Amino acid sequence: MSEYNFAYLDEQTKRMIRRAILKGLAVPGYQVPFASREMPMPYGWGTGGVQVSAATLTPDDTFKVIDQGADDTTNAVSIRKFFENTAGVATTEETEKATVIQTRHRIPEAKLREDQIIVYQVPIPEPLRFLEPRETETRKMHSLEEYGLMHVKLYEDISQHGAISTAYAYPVKVSGRYVMDPSPIPKFDNPKLEMDAIQLFGAGREQRIYAVPPHTKVVSLDFEDYPFEATKADHPCDLCGAEDSYLDEVIMDDAGNRMFVCSDTDYCRSRREAGHVGRLAEENAA
Amino acid sequence: MTPLLQVKGIEKRYGARVGCTDVNFDLYPGEVMGIVGESGSGKSTLLNCMAGHLEPDAGQVIFDTRVDGPVDTVTMSEPERRMLSRTDWAFVHQHARDGLRMSVSAGGNIGERLMAVGDRHYGDIRDKAVDWLGRVEIDASRVDDRPSAFSGGMQQRLQIARNLVTGPRLVFMDEPTGGLDVSVQARLLDLLRGLVREMGLSAIIVTHDLAVVRLLADRLMVMKSGHVVEAGLTDQVLDDPQHAYTQLLVSSVLQV
Amino acid sequence: MGKDEAMIELIDVSKSFTLHNQGSAVIPVMEGASLKVEPGECVALTGSSGAGKSTLMRVIYGNYLAASGQVLVGGVDVAKAAPRQILSLRRDTLGYVSQFLRVVPRVPTLEVVAEPLLSVGCDKQVALDKAVGLLKRLNIPERLWTLSPTTFSGGEQQRVNIARGFAHEYPAMLLDEPTASLDAQNRETVLSLIEEAKHRGAAIVGIFHDLEARERVCDREVNVSDFTPGLAA
Repeated sequence: MSEYNFAYLDEQTKRMIRRAILKGLAVPGYQVPFASREMPMPYGWGTGGVQVSAATLTPDDTFKVIDQGADDTTNAVSIRKFFENTAGVATTEETEKATVIQTRHRIPEAKLREDQIIVYQVPIPEPLRFLEPRETETRKMHSLEEYGLMHVKLYEDISQHGAISTAYAYPVKVSGRYVMDPSPIPKFDNPKLEMDAIQLFGAGREQRIYAVPPHTKVVSLDFEDYPFEATKADHPCDLCGAEDSYLDEVIMDDAGNRMFVCSDTDYCRSRREAGHVGRLAEENAA
Repeated sequence: MTPLLQVKGIEKRYGARVGCTDVNFDLYPGEVMGIVGESGSGKSTLLNCMAGHLEPDAGQVIFDTRVDGPVDTVTMSEPERRMLSRTDWAFVHQHARDGLRMSVSAGGNIGERLMAVGDRHYGDIRDKAVDWLGRVEIDASRVDDRPSAFSGGMQQRLQIARNLVTGPRLVFMDEPTGGLDVSVQARLLDLLRGLVREMGLSAIIVTHDLAVVRLLADRLMVMKSGHVVEAGLTDQVLDDPQHAYTQLLVSSVLQV
Repeated sequence: MGKDEAMIELIDVSKSFTLHNQGSAVIPVMEGASLKVEPGECVALTGSSGAGKSTLMRVIYGNYLAASGQVLVGGVDVAKAAPRQILSLRRDTLGYVSQFLRVVPRVPTLEVVAEPLLSVGCDKQVALDKAVGLLKRLNIPERLWTLSPTTFSGGEQQRVNIARGFAHEYPAMLLDEPTASLDAQNRETVLSLIEEAKHRGAAIVGIFHDLEARERVCDREVNVSDFTPGLAA
C-alpha cells in the first residue's frame, strides 16, 4: 500500500485529469483531450474509466464496479481489487451504497442520486467516427454543430433493417449542443442519461474525457417518422420476474432453450431477496 | 441584374510560384462558364479558391446570398461558408469517390445534404432520394446499394444527385467527365445540360476537354501559367481564338 | 421598333485573323462592311466562294469577333457586347441555321427541335407540339423523332437543323444555305417557312447558292466581294 500514491496516479496527474473533468462538466458533451497515462492493464480494459475514477475517489468513498451490469466479471473484479489495493477505499456491490460507480456498458437499474458519480469506460468517444475517419474534420463538425452525418447513420439503419437497429452506443445530443456517444450502453439506458448523479466518461486509448452534469437535457437522435425507442427483450426476468429491467439472454442447452435474466446483478439479487420470483427461479432453487 | 458571383482580383501563390493571379469575372444566374487550360495552368487552384477549399492570398469571391445579398465568401466566417457549400453551392469532383461516401448507400449519400440542413423525416428524405436517382437515370431499386457497386458513370451521376438535391444555385465542377468512357460522357453531358436548364443553375466547369465546354458552357475562360489569357463567348473563343495560346490549344485538338 | 428601323445593321465592320503560331501573320478578310436589314426583309449575301459570306454571317452572330466597326442586332452591338448579352440576343432575338447540326449526343430529335422554345421559357407541351408540326412539315418520319439526329443522313440532319432554327420566331435570322441538298418538296417547305418568317416581320440575312430560291425569297443582294480587302472596286 505504501509504495503507491493514493489511487495509483500521482497527484499532478490527478489534478490534470480533474481539470479535464471540470472542463467537461462546464461544456456538457464536449470531448476534452487529456494526457492519458499508461495504466497497469491493457487498453480496452477500462483504462480511461480507471483514470477518471482515480482522480475522483476520496478515501471516504465507497466504490462499485460493474461490467455489463454485473459485479462479478473478471473485468469488474480486477478493477475493484485494483482500487482496494491502491486506494484502500471501501467497495460494494450495492448500487445504493456506492458513491462512485465505474461502469462498462450499463447504467444501473436503481435510480442514481445527486451524491453519486458514475464513471463510464469508453472505447471510442467520437460518435461521428463511423462515417468520418478524419479527426480534423470531426472536430470541425462538432465546433460548427454540423451533425447531419449522425442522421445518415440512422438513415442507413432504417434503409437496411426497416428500423433504427443501432442498439447500443446510441448517439445523443447533450444540452442542445454537442452530439455525444454515451459509450456502448444499450439504448434501453438512454432515457436514464437525464439523471441526478454526475456522469463522467473516460476514453484511455483515445485520450478523451467528457461529462454530463446532473439534470442535463439528453436527447436521443431520431427521425420524426421513426422516433427513438428504448427497447429491451420482451420478457420478464426469469430469476426475479422484473419487467422493467434490461435483460441478458442466456442459451441453456443444445436444444436452444434460453432464459432471460437481469443484466444488473445487484438489482436482480435485491429483488429476489425481497421475495420476487421469476419463471425459472424455483427450478434453480430446487 | 446582380451577378450571382463576382470574382475580383483572385490570387493564390505557392511560395514564389503563381497558382493563379489577377482573375476577374462576373457570373450571372443561369450562366455556365468553362475554364480550360492544360495541367498546371491554375484552373483547379482557381476553382478551389472560389469554392472555399483554398484560401486565396488576395481578392474577393462575392456571392449573392439569398438573405444578405452579395457577401465576400473569402472573409465570411467558416460556419457561414460551410453552410453555403451545403446549401446554395455544390461541388462535383472529378473522382466520384472524392465526392461520395463510399460506405453509405446511394439513398444515404443523396439524403446527407437534406439531413445536414435539418430534414428529419425518413420517409420524405427517402422519397427525395428515389426521385433524384430517377433524375440522374439510376434505377430506384439501387437506392440501398453502396456506390462501390456502381459503375464509374453511375457513381458520377450519383455524385451529381447528391449535390443537387438541396437545389443549389451554383455548381463547381472539376473535370466532371474526366476518366469516363466517351459514351458515358455523352450521357452525363446531356444530363447536366438538362439539369442546368431545368433548375436554372449557374455552373463553373473546369476541364481540359474543349468538346465538353462547347456543349456545356456559355462562356469560356482560357488559363495559362496562372493567368487568364482569353475570355469570352464559348463558340467565339473556340472558333475565333485571339490569343496565341488559345490558338495553339484549339489547333491541337484531334479531329474526329 | 418602327418599320423602317433596321433590325440588323453593320457599320464599317472589319475582320482580320492573326495567326500567332505562324509568325503572327495578320490576314485581313473583311473591310468596310456595311449592311442594313429591316424587319420583314431578306437580304442575300453573294460573292464567290471564299469572298467572306460565311465570315460575315459569323460576325453578325458573334461567333467571330469583329476587329472594328459596329454590328447592331436589335439595338445590341454584337462587336462589343458582353457574352451574356450576346447569349440573350441569341436566345430571344437572333436565330442561326448553319449548315451543320451540332447537338449533344443522345438527345432525341423532338427535344433538339423544341429546345430553342424551352430556353425562352415556352411551356413544354406547347414547345413539343410545335416541334412535331415542324418535323411533319419537313418530312422527318415519326419513327426517328425519339432518336438522336447524330446518326441521321446528311439531308435529314439538315432538315432537323432547319426545324430547330424555325421553332422559335426570332425577329432576326441568319440562314446559311438553307435549301442545299434538299429535294423539291422539302425545298418548297423551307422556302415557305422563310416567307412566313418574313411575313411575321423577321429580318433575314442568308446565303443562297440556289438562284431560284434566292430570287423568290430575297428582296436584295449584297455582294461581299465589295468588303474583301484589296478586291473592292
